[in-house]
Amino acid sequence: MGTLHLIRKNLGRKKLRTTFTLLSIAIAFVLFTLLSGINQAFNAGLELAGADRLITMHRMSFIQPIPISYHRRIEAMDGVEAVGHFTWFGAYFQNPRQQFSLQPTELSGLTDLYPEYQIPEDQWQRLMNNQTGLLVGQGLLDAYGWELGQQVPLNSTIFPKSDGSYAWPFQIEAVFTQESTANEIQAFMHWDYFNEARAFGQDQVGWIVTRIADPDQSAEIAARIDERFANSPTETKTSSEQGWTASFAAQFGNIGLIVQSILACVFFTLLLIAGNTMAQAIRERTGELAVMKTIGFPDSRIVAMVLGESVLLAVVGGLAGIGLGVLFVQGAAASLTQFLPGLAVTGSAVATGLVLAVLLGLLTGLVPAWQAGRLRVVEAMGRR
Amino acid sequence: MNEKTLDHIVELKGVTKTYHRGRERIEVLKQLDLEIETGEFAALMGPSGSGKTTLLNLIGGLDHPSAGEIHVSGQRIERLGSRALAKWRSNHIGFIFQFYNLMPVLTAQRNVELPLLLKKMSSKERRDRAMTALEIVGLTDRAKHLPRELSGGQEQRVAIARAIVSDPDLLLADEPTGDLDRDTAGDILELLQTLNTRHGKTILMVTHDPAAADRAGRIVHMDKGRLLEEAA
Repeated sequence: MGTLHLIRKNLGRKKLRTTFTLLSIAIAFVLFTLLSGINQAFNAGLELAGADRLITMHRMSFIQPIPISYHRRIEAMDGVEAVGHFTWFGAYFQNPRQQFSLQPTELSGLTDLYPEYQIPEDQWQRLMNNQTGLLVGQGLLDAYGWELGQQVPLNSTIFPKSDGSYAWPFQIEAVFTQESTANEIQAFMHWDYFNEARAFGQDQVGWIVTRIADPDQSAEIAARIDERFANSPTETKTSSEQGWTASFAAQFGNIGLIVQSILACVFFTLLLIAGNTMAQAIRERTGELAVMKTIGFPDSRIVAMVLGESVLLAVVGGLAGIGLGVLFVQGAAASLTQFLPGLAVTGSAVATGLVLAVLLGLLTGLVPAWQAGRLRVVEAMGRR
Repeated sequence: MNEKTLDHIVELKGVTKTYHRGRERIEVLKQLDLEIETGEFAALMGPSGSGKTTLLNLIGGLDHPSAGEIHVSGQRIERLGSRALAKWRSNHIGFIFQFYNLMPVLTAQRNVELPLLLKKMSSKERRDRAMTALEIVGLTDRAKHLPRELSGGQEQRVAIARAIVSDPDLLLADEPTGDLDRDTAGDILELLQTLNTRHGKTILMVTHDPAAADRAGRIVHMDKGRLLEEAA
């Protein structure tokens, strides 16, 4: 028999109470894991954003268009490697509530901007030769169950064609893959097809992406771009891709803060519940602890045993909760690929959860352990 | 000088113990001198409130005197800190309580092993020593039983096995038969006598029961915090 055996036996003496405490801890950690997954989904784009890319948009908002002529002017600047322009199409397939990102762009320059996109050469050639050809991310293709070569009628919530119809026919000619599924939930169409067929807004684009040679110069080049268009009818705001992605995510609210606030409330409540349970469990064993001290167990050993008990309880509950949470997130990620493509539990979230469980155990055990350590044998035995 | 000769395993000089209850000062032990020889079986008798348990607590290093010197097993203990006292107790003293005080979640064998958790030894060695102690008290067949599955007498035997498993110099027993019927009490007293005579354990036993005290080689009477005349 070792100390761990004694701790386990003590936890098992009131099975119902231990089970309920474990359940409450596990549920809190399920919530922690789910919210970590959601937070990760909102931050996935941020992590993948290139350090060497700048986004230029209308100074007011990215809904306001900017002239396509800015593209060539930026391209001529020093330190610029490649430039491309994009526009929000507002695409949906069959269900207007399920919009996804479809961007008209000059496809020939796309991989200069995003070298991380992998596209098979034969598909690329077919895409270049078909004006209505569509380049689709593997994730989006899987989400809708589309196939390469398939005709897909897509609708725009913003742009009608010159004939007044919002339906745009396409043929899937190429599929791209990328290291993260999150960035595969999008598609690209030929700029010329879009610009010639749309009813309004010709030669206006949504935003311009610039790849620069030296990421250390991003702030300086961004300032130069905005300076170049200052005092024009269409002033610009240029930021790094990371900054742009972060501000885009912020439109949904500060997800990180919301997640942290919810978790803080949950864990504070849990701290009180589990702390009270531990305190009660130790109070009930006052006599036994006094006997242990009588036998010769030093105060420090008693404190360590009580803390060990609360940490074991929290870690077992935490592990169960994190495990369940990971299963839930994996299940949800499969069915929510379109809406939350980056939904996943990262290794660091699991590690944070484990640290949190240990901290929870230490904090809930702190007061009972201190009381057990201070227990005076003569008084405790007299109380019995 | 801290070390004493071991002829007297216990030696108390001018020990006083005072408590305060509000403004009231209660002197539980008054200038008490006591010597117990190594290998003795002594019974401590007296009415309730006479200071018997307080004296036992002081000798066992569970409490500090207000004045005086306490030497036990060659160590002056009244000046030791709580950590040093705990270590000293684990090496030198075995405690036997009226209500056994076994851990309800542990089997008899695990209960006996409990003091050995403080020693550096393998789990096998702990198990073997616990089984030897259970054999001495005649309970090897109940080793895997939980306390609730044992009778009062058997529980007290397990408690005695726990007290002797570390091979202490001195056994302190506080009313060890107080919760037992006459026959079972007789068995327990016989066991204590065996530990004294055959295994050489020095025993100091607090009791109210004259029949129990008669089993001891020496009876020390207390009243109002003082030692009275002794009966052999």
